[in-house]
Amino acid sequence: MTQMQETSTTSAVSSAITGAAVSLENLVRTYGKVRALDGLSLKIQPGEFMALLGPSGCGKTTALRVLAGFEVLDSGRVVVDGVDLSNVTARKRDMGMVFQSYSLFPNMNALNNVAFGLRMRRQSSTVRRKKAGELLEMVGLSDQANKFPHQMSGGQQQRIALARALAIEPRVLLLDEPLSALDAIVRAELRDQIRALQQRLAITTVFVTHDQEEVLSMADRVCVMSRGHIEQVATPNELYARPATAFVAQFVGISSRVPVDAAGHEIIVFGQRCPVRTGEGSELTGSVDALLRPEDIAIDVDPDGKGFVTRKSFLGAMTRLVVQVGDITVRVDVRSDRAPEFELGTHVRPSIVARDVLIAPRQETAAADSTSA
Amino acid sequence: MATLSGAGSIFEVAEAENEAVPSYSTGSPRRRRRIRWWRLVVLLLAGAYFLIPIYAGIKFSLQNVEGHFSFQAYRALPSAPGFTGALTLSLELAVATMVVSTLLMVPTAIYVHIRLPQLRRVLDVVTVMPIVIPPIVLIVGVLGAFPEWARASPYLLSFMYVILAMPFVYRSLDAGLGAIDLKTLTEASRSLGGNWIKTLWRVILPNIRPALLSATVLTLALVFGEYTMASLDLWTTIPVWIVQFSISSDGPVQVAASMLGLVGTWILLIAVVSLDRSQSRRSHRKLGA
Repeated sequence: MTQMQETSTTSAVSSAITGAAVSLENLVRTYGKVRALDGLSLKIQPGEFMALLGPSGCGKTTALRVLAGFEVLDSGRVVVDGVDLSNVTARKRDMGMVFQSYSLFPNMNALNNVAFGLRMRRQSSTVRRKKAGELLEMVGLSDQANKFPHQMSGGQQQRIALARALAIEPRVLLLDEPLSALDAIVRAELRDQIRALQQRLAITTVFVTHDQEEVLSMADRVCVMSRGHIEQVATPNELYARPATAFVAQFVGISSRVPVDAAGHEIIVFGQRCPVRTGEGSELTGSVDALLRPEDIAIDVDPDGKGFVTRKSFLGAMTRLVVQVGDITVRVDVRSDRAPEFELGTHVRPSIVARDVLIAPRQETAAADSTSA
Repeated sequence: MATLSGAGSIFEVAEAENEAVPSYSTGSPRRRRRIRWWRLVVLLLAGAYFLIPIYAGIKFSLQNVEGHFSFQAYRALPSAPGFTGALTLSLELAVATMVVSTLLMVPTAIYVHIRLPQLRRVLDVVTVMPIVIPPIVLIVGVLGAFPEWARASPYLLSFMYVILAMPFVYRSLDAGLGAIDLKTLTEASRSLGGNWIKTLWRVILPNIRPALLSATVLTLALVFGEYTMASLDLWTTIPVWIVQFSISSDGPVQVAASMLGLVGTWILLIAVVSLDRSQSRRSHRKLGA
């Protein structure tokens, strides 16, 4: 394969696809007494890779299905490139979707699966065959064109599903946890490949997942959802480094909750005075919890230190230590070459190295162990 | 890792992904041998239970009055009074029943699976009712309630047969639809621009073809075996003719008709299954979009 062939194939597809601006306006969807979407509003730029992240039941899949046209809204609008699609059926929305479960049509081979959308659009047989062939090339499966879904692996099926979704030159590409059924190695590869393809085609993409590793490595921006509403929309870096709410801090990455007293935008943690981060909770005073990332805390061996190491987990370049300080449990990351210093039971002195600290209302369980992944 | 480099590909795939799916075995060889032995015993017992009466019937129908081997009864069958008419009527009723049953049950089963899955339990119960209610009760009620012009047509029986076949047809379709991810396939088709008709025709029906064929064959077998309703509605279908003929004529011809009905159903069943397999093979071989 030459670089020229690669470029020409990709550009042939990308020339037909242009990213669309998507606007979800005050979406409300209820199931009985449950508000799956509770006034959700979100703007997605043309060509942007937006991830919807949140725990099970937060409404992220419902939002995607509303965008695709598979769910009827109680109120709100779905606007794509300035056109209100709220009352447009799914088949007329021009949105390609890759589903969580393998969704290839079992009675068709790979080529016919990819060509299905073109057939529905009454494209000629020649055009269908040519374009489906190009897309199979693009996903690296042209040699599998005549195979049926049951003859292919999960990863291959999802790549065919991706080609099928792209064949109709969709205005928006919707990915509903497409990697969750795959094993770890294939998932990691496909993750990078989907991102590379999305960037080449510059297609507006909405990706639903509960896997934060996927989100942080793929998305331009991430929309963290909880109980039908948005907690924060930010770039992956910002989301991790500057979580807007306690929920985001605890859902994205790892945070330890440390009970402290706040006064005048300052708190004292491990005997050290720290400024409080602006944002949610910055006005709190009195008994609160400080939310500390593993890298916000440094530790040194100190026989008189108040903390001691209770657990060690080797993570490669870093080693994660669980340190007990009185009633409080915190996670601390140290470089693995320093890890031998910290044997189990070693007394240590923790200190804060973050320039400011996010605080949240006190949780009663914080004193025990309130670390979340 | 190997690069799968179709021209223009930006995708790579782990070698492991292309490896053949390993086959798994369960239990020790001794245990597997024991399971095979029991399977053989069960198969032989079941086979004997079904085949011995059929063997006896065939043997009886292939004997002349002296007890020697003869096709006399089968040769006499086409010219037996009323046989051709009964066979034609049974075939017509079978086709009508299969068409009405399919048109009624396929959309219903699909709709319930996609839109009203909570009703599946209710339908399970409702569709068993024809088994619980004796056919004689159904036909007596229908004959009393329907107008003369409806009773004058043999096709009234078809509608009754649709009800009788409902438990088998619905269960067969339910199992077929349950075996595929109907909701996802339907949504995939719709997102690609397929309307409901095209989705049904190109996606759903091809994937439940074995269930459809099974339902069809069961319906056919039911129509060719049903006696009570046809008899009370005074229409001479094959089962009714066999009974009438046995009263008025010799036994071997009657048994020959029964055997032909039985074997005929089997032949149809084998033909339908073979057709399905050959179509599957053809579609697997078929290239291009």
